[in-house]
Formats: sequence, C-alpha cells, structure tokens
Amino acid sequence: MQLYELTIHEALAGLRAGSFSAVELTQAVLERIEHVESATGAYLHLAPQAALQVAARADQARADGQDGALLGIPLAIKDLICTQDMPTTCGSRILEGFMTPYDATVISRLRKAGAIILGKTNTDEFAMGSSTEASAYQLTHNPWDLTRVPGGSSGGSAAAVAAGECLGALGSDTGGSVRQPAAFCGVTGLKPTYGRVSRWGVVAYASSLDQVGTLAQDAQDCELLLSVIGGYDPNDATSSQLPLPASEESLEPNLRGMTLGLPKEFFAAGLQPGVEQAVRCAIETFSELGAEIVKVSLPHTRYAVPTYYLISTAEASANLARFDGIRYGKSAEKADDIWEVFRRTRSERFGPEVKRRIMLGTYALSAGYYDAYYKKAQQVRTLIKQDYDRAFETCTALLTPTSPTTAFKLGERIDDPLAMYLGDLCTLSLNLAGNCGISVPCGSADGLPVGLQILGNTYDEAAILKMARVYQQVTDWHRARPVL
Amino acid sequence: MQLAREQILHIAELAKLTLSDGETTLFSEQLSAILEYFTLLDELDTSEILPTAMVIEQRNVLREDVAGESLPAEVVMDQAPHAHGEHVAVKAILES
Repeated sequence: MQLYELTIHEALAGLRAGSFSAVELTQAVLERIEHVESATGAYLHLAPQAALQVAARADQARADGQDGALLGIPLAIKDLICTQDMPTTCGSRILEGFMTPYDATVISRLRKAGAIILGKTNTDEFAMGSSTEASAYQLTHNPWDLTRVPGGSSGGSAAAVAAGECLGALGSDTGGSVRQPAAFCGVTGLKPTYGRVSRWGVVAYASSLDQVGTLAQDAQDCELLLSVIGGYDPNDATSSQLPLPASEESLEPNLRGMTLGLPKEFFAAGLQPGVEQAVRCAIETFSELGAEIVKVSLPHTRYAVPTYYLISTAEASANLARFDGIRYGKSAEKADDIWEVFRRTRSERFGPEVKRRIMLGTYALSAGYYDAYYKKAQQVRTLIKQDYDRAFETCTALLTPTSPTTAFKLGERIDDPLAMYLGDLCTLSLNLAGNCGISVPCGSADGLPVGLQILGNTYDEAAILKMARVYQQVTDWHRARPVL
Repeated sequence: MQLAREQILHIAELAKLTLSDGETTLFSEQLSAILEYFTLLDELDTSEILPTAMVIEQRNVLREDVAGESLPAEVVMDQAPHAHGEHVAVKAILES
C-alpha cells in the first residue's frame, strides 16, 4: 500500500510508530498529485513548498516528544474557506488574485492540531452548483470516470480524496455540497448540524444553511476532523456551545436498540435502479447488525427544492452584494462613476449561475413578491423541519440514497438549471431542517460509486458516525479506489 | 408565470448587474420556468404557520464589549484595487 492511500487514522498510527515521517508522507501525496492532477483537476492552488516546510516542523515537533490530533497530516481545503497566505477565489473571477489576510477558525484549528495544508480545491462559483462545472477556472473530473462530474459544489475536495491527492479535506454543505460529491466520488462526507462548526472565515452563500463539512476515506476520519474543527467559536454567534461527540477508539459491530427509518419519499420513482439496489442492500446490512428498520414519511419532501432555492438565493443575493470591486478582489477599470464600477465589476466577473441565483433571490425579496415567495418558503421550511422532528421522535436515524443517480456526464445538465436543481432532491431538506447527515459508499452501479445517506437528529453526530463506522467495519465499499 | 423583459431589467438594476441582450432573453426564459415550478408551494395552506428564519435555538448572543486585535491597516489596504495610504479610493460620489 502506498502512503497516499492511507486513511488519516492509519497515517497517524504510522507517524506515531515512527514507520515514516510527515515529510515522507507529504512527499508521497505531492508525487501523487503530480501524477494524477492533470487528469482530475481537483486543485485550484497548490503550495508544495509551504507544505513540506510545515511537514518538517511536524517531524521536529514529534522528535521533541509533542503530538497533535492531526500532526503531520496533509489536507486539502475547499477554495471557499479563507487560508492566510494563499488565494481564496471561491471559484470566481471576482476574487481572482485575492490573498486572504487571515485564517478561518476551522483553518486555525487544523493548523494548531498540526495539519498540513496542501492547497485549495475547486468549487462551483461561490458554492452554487452540483457538479463543480460552475467554477470560473477549470473543470474537475470524476476520478472513477473522467468524462463525468465529481459532483458539487465541493467537487474538488471529493475528487482529491478519491484520487489520493490528500488524506482528507474540508468542504462546505449548503444543500448537499459535501454529501453529494462524496457519493459521486466514493468517499465519506459529513455535514454536521447547523451551528456545530464555526462559519467565521467561510465565504457566505446562504447563511442560514451553510455548514463546513469533512471529506475523507472513512467515517472514523470524518469524526476525527470534526473533533478538531468543531465546537463553539466566539467569532460565530450561531456556533453551538454544546460539547462535541466523544470519539470512541473501537466499536462493537452491533446496532441493537437503534431504530432506523426509511422515508418513503426518498425511494420514489426516478431513482436509478442500480442506486436503489445498492441502498437496499446497505439497509439489509443494518438490519443484520441488529437495527430495527421502520417505514416513515417526511410528507413535505416534494416542496424542499423550491423552498431551498427561494431561501438560498434570497440569502445569496444579500451576501453577494458585498462583491462590488471596491475593497478587495477585482474591479472594472473603464467606468465613469461609482454605480458603473459596481455594475461592470459584477457583470464582467460573476458567472452565469451566480447571476441567475442573484436575480432569482433579488426577485424573491423585491417589493410585492416578498410574501408570495420568501415568506412562503420560510413557512414551508417550518413544515419540513416538523417532518424531521416527528421522524426523530421514534427513529435514531434515517437511511436514504444520497443522490437519485450516480455521477452524470460533464455537460449533461449545464444548460438546464432546473434539472440540475432537481438532482439535489435527497440532500436539500436536511439543510432546511439544520440536522446532520453523512454519505458513505455503499456499492457500485455500472462501475460508479453509490452513496448511502444517514440522516441524524440535531446535534446527534455521535449516532450517525457510530452507524457509519460500524457499517464500514463490515463492508469494504469505502476501500474501493479508482484506477488513475 | 412569465417574467417580462422589463421585469428582468428591473431586477438586474436592483442587483447591480448589467445584462447583455442574450442574458436578458435567457434569464427571462429560465427564471420563468423555475418560478413556474416553484408555484408548487401554492398547494400548501401556510396561513397558520410561523416562518422559520433560523433553525438554531440561541437568541441574543451577547459578549463583553472589549477591543480585540485587528488586521494592520496596510494589510487590509493591500487588498483594495485602488488605495491611497490608509484610504480606499473610489470614484466621486458627490457632484462638484
């Protein structure tokens, strides 16, 4: 086995045993990047020299008897999260050349734990997309089939983990942007409860839905990353003071006493047969592990797509008003007055999907339409949240497909925004409710990975992580790797 | 639900975007189709339902009013496309 194929917890064990150094590990990952990056296009920015310097410091610290939760582990960061001394473009031309002057809270926590930041990964512009094709810079290719999308918007992070171009990565999940690419690329992706992880230094898309998530080869790694980045941050007033789930070193392969719900709305027509088959097989495994499987209903699921796209675009139209070409980023040169600077900068440098969503959100918030669209969506959001609350009165967690299909072809949905939006059916409603969820590889359909989504109650990451870890003890799907 | 050209241009002005003719036509078609689909929500009677703006339970998060460390002015100004010393330079906003 190559060093770049190790999980984070395996690599930590090797580093602690002295089997290899952080420099050797980082070197192995950098060589892997050199070998496969031209095929995947996962990274927008790489900092190999800085990474090797931090790795050397990690080795020195370890030689001095120190340790850290991630000491010497090379990671990738979605280019929506601010990292000092590196560009943060959000996949947009409007932030071309922008160097973040500070670290997001999640980044300073990673650094303090000894992690090595390799670079920044590709994303749909401002995280608005489900395929990473809306990046202004480059396409990212699915490592399992280079003619297909990696999913999105954290497609660069998912592809990097799948291709062995990092040991783990951070992404962000506003409507499925960690879970869906994790499913498409055959990796594990955790979306924590809203408020679990600080959003300070994470460029805002839809503030009531955004949450930083983790992508790695298995659930144990996701749990470890969450234990480092999660928890209260005085710089984010919405972050929770509740303690993080305690990580258990080893788990019994036994889920007796857990009740798992199957929401019938997620198994409706339109599910690709191979996806349904893999997910049903995973459900059978949970049953064999002792969990009780019950049917439940989340009756307002069919309203989640319009509700999500009204709320998220309204919030986005307000959040993206700050990009005006005045204080940072790029500015239009040929403009006669300040209004023209705003208009030209935004028109020339925002891509089509961002413009479309700003337009939609501006319309939903504009005089005469606010009650009919934005307020209505917020009321339906209440109903969607109540559906989840009712289900969790009897269920420990819910099992669903992460996406109705496997990874689709590059270009297949780019001209049909509504078709792209409808593909997010399985992931959106969780963000509206604010709960946590994880996608784990559970099979393969026509050679492409299938993701099982485990949805948990608010602040109950412990339950879904335990389920995912136990499932990964008795299955090997998370161990399958693409040939590149 | 058909968005007229004038409506598209009005929204674009509110959003401080200048759209080309091609974009105006495209967005008119695409946004109309999307809004048409969104009328699905009209099936639900929500007259008695309170809106949810945020899912978290914290309210009025308070902290001590103490000065923290800020970024140095020159570091911040380095990011501005046009700066004079510690000031961001913009086009005139008042008529002379």
